[in-house]
Amino acid sequence: MQIATKEITAESLVRAALDKAKKYVDYNIFISLDEDGAIKKAKAIDKKLKDGEDVGRLAGVPFAIKDNFLAPVGNTTAASKILEPLKSPITATSVKKLEDEGAILIGRTNLDSFAHGSSTENSYFGPTLNSHDKARVAGGSSGGSAVAVALDIVPFATGTDTGGSIRQPASFNGVYGFKPTYGTISRYGVVAMASSTDCIGFFAKSAEDIDLLMSITSGQDPKDMTTLPDYYNENRCSAVSKTVSLDERSVQHSSEGPKTWASALERPEEELLNTPQHKTIGIIKDFNTDALHPEIKSALENKIKELKSAGHKVIELDMPTLKYALAVYYIVVPAEISSNLSRHDGIRYGYRNQSAKNLEEIYGQSRSDGFMPENKRRIMIGNFVLSSGFYDAYYLKAQQARTLIIKEYEKAFSKCDFLLTPVSPNPAFKIGEKINDPISMYLEDVMSVPINLAGLPGLSFPVGETKSGLSIGLQLIGSRRSDKELLSFAATLGDNANLSDKKEQKS
Amino acid sequence: MGKKYEITIGIECHVQLATKTKLFSEVDNDARGKDPNTCVSPVDYALPGMLPRLNQEAVKLAVRAGRAMNAEINAYSRFDRKHYYYPDLPKGYQISQFYHPIIGAGHIDLPDGSKVRIEHAHMEEDAGKLNHYDTYSLVDLNRAGTPLIEIVSMPDIHSAKQAHDYCKELWRAMTFAGVTIGDLYNGNMRFDVNISLALPGAKELGKRAEIKNLNSFRSVERAVEYEYERQSKLLDKGEPVRQETRGWNDATGKTTFQRSKEEAQDYRYMPEPDIPPIKLSQEFIDAELAKVPLLPQDYRQKFSGVLPVDTLEVLLDYPQLMHKLSEIISDGESKEDLSDSVKKIIKRVANLFASVLLAEEKSAEMLDHLPSAKQLTDLSEMAEKQELSSTGAKEVFMKFFDPQMTKKDTRTIAKELNVIQENDTGALEAIVDQVIADPACAKAVADYQAGSEKVLGFLVGQVMKASKGKANPGTAQQILKQKLA
Repeated sequence: MQIATKEITAESLVRAALDKAKKYVDYNIFISLDEDGAIKKAKAIDKKLKDGEDVGRLAGVPFAIKDNFLAPVGNTTAASKILEPLKSPITATSVKKLEDEGAILIGRTNLDSFAHGSSTENSYFGPTLNSHDKARVAGGSSGGSAVAVALDIVPFATGTDTGGSIRQPASFNGVYGFKPTYGTISRYGVVAMASSTDCIGFFAKSAEDIDLLMSITSGQDPKDMTTLPDYYNENRCSAVSKTVSLDERSVQHSSEGPKTWASALERPEEELLNTPQHKTIGIIKDFNTDALHPEIKSALENKIKELKSAGHKVIELDMPTLKYALAVYYIVVPAEISSNLSRHDGIRYGYRNQSAKNLEEIYGQSRSDGFMPENKRRIMIGNFVLSSGFYDAYYLKAQQARTLIIKEYEKAFSKCDFLLTPVSPNPAFKIGEKINDPISMYLEDVMSVPINLAGLPGLSFPVGETKSGLSIGLQLIGSRRSDKELLSFAATLGDNANLSDKKEQKS
Repeated sequence: MGKKYEITIGIECHVQLATKTKLFSEVDNDARGKDPNTCVSPVDYALPGMLPRLNQEAVKLAVRAGRAMNAEINAYSRFDRKHYYYPDLPKGYQISQFYHPIIGAGHIDLPDGSKVRIEHAHMEEDAGKLNHYDTYSLVDLNRAGTPLIEIVSMPDIHSAKQAHDYCKELWRAMTFAGVTIGDLYNGNMRFDVNISLALPGAKELGKRAEIKNLNSFRSVERAVEYEYERQSKLLDKGEPVRQETRGWNDATGKTTFQRSKEEAQDYRYMPEPDIPPIKLSQEFIDAELAKVPLLPQDYRQKFSGVLPVDTLEVLLDYPQLMHKLSEIISDGESKEDLSDSVKKIIKRVANLFASVLLAEEKSAEMLDHLPSAKQLTDLSEMAEKQELSSTGAKEVFMKFFDPQMTKKDTRTIAKELNVIQENDTGALEAIVDQVIADPACAKAVADYQAGSEKVLGFLVGQVMKASKGKANPGTAQQILKQKLA
């Protein structure tokens, strides 16, 4: 991550980002750009630099936000018609913390409307294209942010992850995507999807960059009662980096097998997140089967071999309860969605159908026009499972199963430090391929949703590409509040390809 | 009662809590006299991304309210979402407590000795208000998010009078505990009354009608009376009573149909994921319970035999007055049994409150500026020692409410008013001698000595006049009698 200095100005960094954003306009990454605002803010940083004032840890670093974060910059649309006109007077706590460190918001990225989806095809503004193959989906729901980082428009972007919405698009685009422990980063000022599983997180090019972003944004927020005390910055070890960019690191962590580890060990200690220790890594049997795409399976197997040869212990785990996670997820999450979307009624803000003649028509027609089909599908499921007479059979039962899933993970983490799984069973699919088959779309989330139900941290990190050039990511999962250890450990795992450079050449 | 049907009544009461800010946001909770939508935060108008932030003060008041209804406080409670669409409900759901309320079973004792059990009471947020015009309606969200507790009674009430008394007693309990301003006119407490009829001895209760949003004790009583007539006429004709919600029209004295049970909403209750469960420590609960002042039931016990029941029941409508009496007690002594001297003070002050203060036109305002316990105790002691006549005591008492007198002690005020009675017999004797010697009184003196008792009054009056009103008339009369005997 390049930080502005007297020599490399914030303005030049921001202009470069804006230029790239416009260059890649055909990917449909941004819903809105704030060129004037961003340049103005950059100039202010440059002035501060000149005057020798404190400019913060992210001085002049351009960044993008998923368009479900509130900020008085552009409209907060959540990629929906119903919120298209919404100008927020509020800045999300996470965005404010980044801006307070000198980061410069350049624009809002595309998503599945209200973050409902796994492909960014459910956007009112059309799909975002995959950074590796324009015929394929970007993943979702945070597709725009993933592609913005993959194409090096910005060094980092925010996302939200309710069931994989950061990790899956990260894996589809060959970048790092992190979903922290539930409650680590304030949800204040982020359009809610499912309150009990929503997490704010980041896309970046390295675990170290994410660590820096985490140390800035984590912590208790009086405006969000579900935030945890700031465990992330407690006992902060002094060895934690200055930021090390992907490019810099990949020189040392080239894909040469065990040597990667050797060279990592030789690095001066203060440049490392942590001195690597031998860890126990759990592999979930059900998530390493022949049902996986063969190239994803072999990527997982290769990583297991790598880990073993680096001296880590790899164990296999039976986690039979996880097979219920998807069913539980598609009860609990739609229930909360149906509730959280109730406020969009055309009365106080947002879109209202102007031909509505009475109150019922204002509600009915505004919501009918304003929501996408996937939004409506989830509202209907949610209302169904919450309706009287069905509550016990669906919602309550799902919450009980959820408790069992949490216990299953607790048991697993008594045996291992981290779990390693694929992010999704297949690489990026073609645009339109699954849009009319919601069940098969939901099934793509089978490996990403379980940890949201348990509130665990998960990192999607790139491990290479398929023969056809699609990126592959794996997922490292930790126990609650192990976020820092997880990122530290991930920083010692090199990815197998320098994807960023390849993309530059391709386009 | 001689009525054909037995009436069964259960009452739900909404109480607005007197917190500074709203239940989930940091804006002013008191919108009285403010323009529409000026006490509204983005949380209250449900901007996306906004999250509720629970007001701890409201939790504290709820605990105190629990004490005032003799209820158990649940150490574990939780919020739920109750969903329905209406423009006065910005989120499309009300944050309430459905599964785990903060207040458990309790009861309220009525003055007639009966007891109404409380099923539970829970915390929730108030909705906004709609103002309807010819072709449009406007939403005012000033009230949206005001903390409420909803108190749900058991169906223990069996007459209109009892319904009236229960509501009143509940109002007293809540205002005495200081959890609400209790201004009924402004909707600080609102009652939903469920009424059903059945023949005596019937195994099941009849179908009930719910009369929504009553805001006076009298309207509760009248609505029950009306419903008895309405439902009994239906039953007499063999027609069914429908389970429905009805409104009350104070002008016509009638209830009117609003909606049937079939049209009732499915609220799709769901645990509120944005607010972690409330876990109260015993220390927290104890600290709040300790803050609850004496309640009507405590005063009834304390003052039985001290004050006449009807005076006490009048004063129990004024928590400030009762709390002032309680202050006087704690100033005087801390023991359970009141000493005779304290009883005398209480009696005298209670009388001043009941017959002087409450008779004043501006008594409502005066209640907010009550004299100090010390001022009242001194006043009562001076009257006891006959340093003040009853007229003088009243005069001094009224002077307490003069803003310029609040800092002055009772004796100073009495001196300024020149109403301290002359009890010094030496000085009085001199005045009496002077009166007897006065030629203008010679005839009266002669008449008295001739056996006319009537003229004694005239002579006492002369003494009073000569003493410029400061003489104690009783003492003056005694001395006159001695001297003229």
